[in-house]
Amino acid sequence: MNTEINGIIATYLLTVIIAFPLGKYLAKVFAGEKVWTDFLCPLESIIYKLSGINPKQQMNWKQHMKALLTINSVWLIYGFFVLIYQDKLPLNPDGNPGMTPDLSFNTIISFVVNCNLQHYSGETGVSYLTQHFVLMFLQFTSAATGIASAVVLFKAFREKSTTQLGNFWELFLKSITRLLLPLSLIVALILAFNGTPASYESKDQFVSMEGDTVDVSRGPAAQFVAIKHLGTNGGGFFGANSSHPLENPNYLTNMVEAISQMIIPMAMIIAFGYFIRKKKLAYTIYAVMTLGMFMLLVPSIIGETAGNPAIAALGVDQNHGAMEGKEVRFGAVATAYWSTITTIVSTGSVNGMHDSTMPLTGLWQLLGMMINSFFGGCGVGILNYFIYLIIAVFISGLMVGRTPEFLGHKVEAREVKIAALVTLLSPFLIMAGTALASFVLVSYPNADWAVKPANWLNNPGFHGFSEMLYEVTSANANNGSGFEGLGDNNIFWNVVTGVILFLGRFLPIIGPVAIAGLLGQKKYIPESAGTLKVDTITFSIMTLAVILVLNALSYFPALALGPIAEYFTLIK
Amino acid sequence: MKSYIFQSIRLTLVLLVLLCVIYPVSVAFVAKFSKGAGKGEQSFFNRKVVGYKAVGQSFSDPRYFWGRPSAVSYNAAGSAGSNKGPSNPDYLKEVKSRVDTLLKYHPYAERKDIPADLVTASGSGLDPNISVEAADLQVRRVAELRGFSLSQIQELVIENTEAPFLGFLGPRKVNVLQLNIALDQISTYHEN
Repeated sequence: MNTEINGIIATYLLTVIIAFPLGKYLAKVFAGEKVWTDFLCPLESIIYKLSGINPKQQMNWKQHMKALLTINSVWLIYGFFVLIYQDKLPLNPDGNPGMTPDLSFNTIISFVVNCNLQHYSGETGVSYLTQHFVLMFLQFTSAATGIASAVVLFKAFREKSTTQLGNFWELFLKSITRLLLPLSLIVALILAFNGTPASYESKDQFVSMEGDTVDVSRGPAAQFVAIKHLGTNGGGFFGANSSHPLENPNYLTNMVEAISQMIIPMAMIIAFGYFIRKKKLAYTIYAVMTLGMFMLLVPSIIGETAGNPAIAALGVDQNHGAMEGKEVRFGAVATAYWSTITTIVSTGSVNGMHDSTMPLTGLWQLLGMMINSFFGGCGVGILNYFIYLIIAVFISGLMVGRTPEFLGHKVEAREVKIAALVTLLSPFLIMAGTALASFVLVSYPNADWAVKPANWLNNPGFHGFSEMLYEVTSANANNGSGFEGLGDNNIFWNVVTGVILFLGRFLPIIGPVAIAGLLGQKKYIPESAGTLKVDTITFSIMTLAVILVLNALSYFPALALGPIAEYFTLIK
Repeated sequence: MKSYIFQSIRLTLVLLVLLCVIYPVSVAFVAKFSKGAGKGEQSFFNRKVVGYKAVGQSFSDPRYFWGRPSAVSYNAAGSAGSNKGPSNPDYLKEVKSRVDTLLKYHPYAERKDIPADLVTASGSGLDPNISVEAADLQVRRVAELRGFSLSQIQELVIENTEAPFLGFLGPRKVNVLQLNIALDQISTYHEN
């Protein structure tokens, strides 16, 4: 067990060691300062030229959002049709069928919004063409969309007062050429040299030691798995995601994949500090996020290593922890660590099945996704956190009886309204979605869908309710992990989570960018003795309190019906 | 607005070439120089392919070491965990019956000798490994059925135990397929 603890300490430390310099580097890249990757400028110039883009053209926040929504719509339409007709297109050596329209609708939204909720299995549901030309393509571009949006927000606070927020295409393209693509190359090669397949060959067949004929799915997975983590996407090449021995072959690859999914969200916070020249603010945000992460991580590790009390009651040795749904090569500690980071960072990849984790670990996973801003997804994590900041500024302003200010700009009714609406959106989508699913399950158990509602749940009782709550929460958080026992490939889940995915992505991007844009164009008020300082420990505690209170108020009833109730039945 | 549409389409096409052709093909090319040439590393016995090193396979013959239960019966065309919740009564019954089966085949063992990994299904359904305790439990059975001494088989398990990464990171484990190949190798030698 001690070596297992060493493993996650090393993983975490390496993550931090990489994230800090990476953040500084990103700030320079987006500020247009000199960096060593400037040798890529000619490549970028060619891409601008071929695309008819002038990267010098400045945009305001509305133009940024228009460009973002336009290109995202192009991807939605393109991917929807390619997935439906993949059986008629090349690079399908295993002869997999085309997707049904509702599954394609769900899948394409899910990948466009950086969620990667998968209602299909990689081995049977997609071809090599769609794995790369649709899914992996979107893993790059959706992450770059998030990063570019966050940088628009950064730009609003760099100068005292501005409407010139850079060029969306430039921010988007640089996120790929200067960050995602080079890192993906490195990670993909590490994976390939540790046993993850990277070639385009189809399934292989062999006769096992006991004489069974076995098919083995393969394919160009290393390339996919690299960006799936770096871009906090999380969609697996194979059905079992990163618990699959070819997708994550050994402890080293497990560390690399765990590090990959956290470095960019962490680096973005550091980049924010350098970019707006307020490092102390970034460090306080970083501290709150780290504290939040450990509040979820420590109890997860304790719960998973303690093992399942119901199996302990059978007399079985639990020294290795709760092993259902886990892999021996990672162990319970590394799986618990992964389950925390993948839910706070919105990756949603798994190296062990969340459906089989202990009830309270499930609770921490759900909370990680509900809060969704302890580091959070590529770019969007800091956007989500920004909303909490605005609410905290607003409440603090009310407490001291002054007009609230953020970084020298008055926060007025309009901005607070936007922040409040974005805050309310998550509980609304999660509660309404879960309620609707529960209603359908009870009222129409025999509806004639691909999976009848009566057969949705893989587990009875409170855990079954958790499966539905988890699915909707994961969709809203654009996370993509699941309590995978849920029979989700049918029109109900495909459509409902598709809609939630869409709203849960774009409104929480547009909201904070709009607030930042509106604040940035207001007159700059120099700091005075009466200014609310946002980079202090007091204000950090205030923000953390706002985050915890808002989420507890929103979700406690649902959580009490699911994981908490299951916990009490299990320890009785 | 109109210009955004054309720019979006053109940028998408250019990026498709960069991200979906140039990037993956170069990785696939370099990966040719890895063990297994980027197609997955295979295991051999008597010069015949008997599986993939990383992918677990089913062993039910008592003369072999057994791996973990699998939700997909080790059919590597797919992959999945059981997704059973920790409090599911049917699941707990299944675990209990696995414990009983193990006790039947290892009459010398007690319940506390059975490690959890041997009665629970893995996340992928293709876990190639078992814990060292899980191998230790089976040593006496395999030795008796194959006519070896306990220490011979125990030694084989020790030889096939993989240390933590770099000696101090992560768990120790045994690759079931490698262990069984080694077992068949010494058995052939033994019989001759």
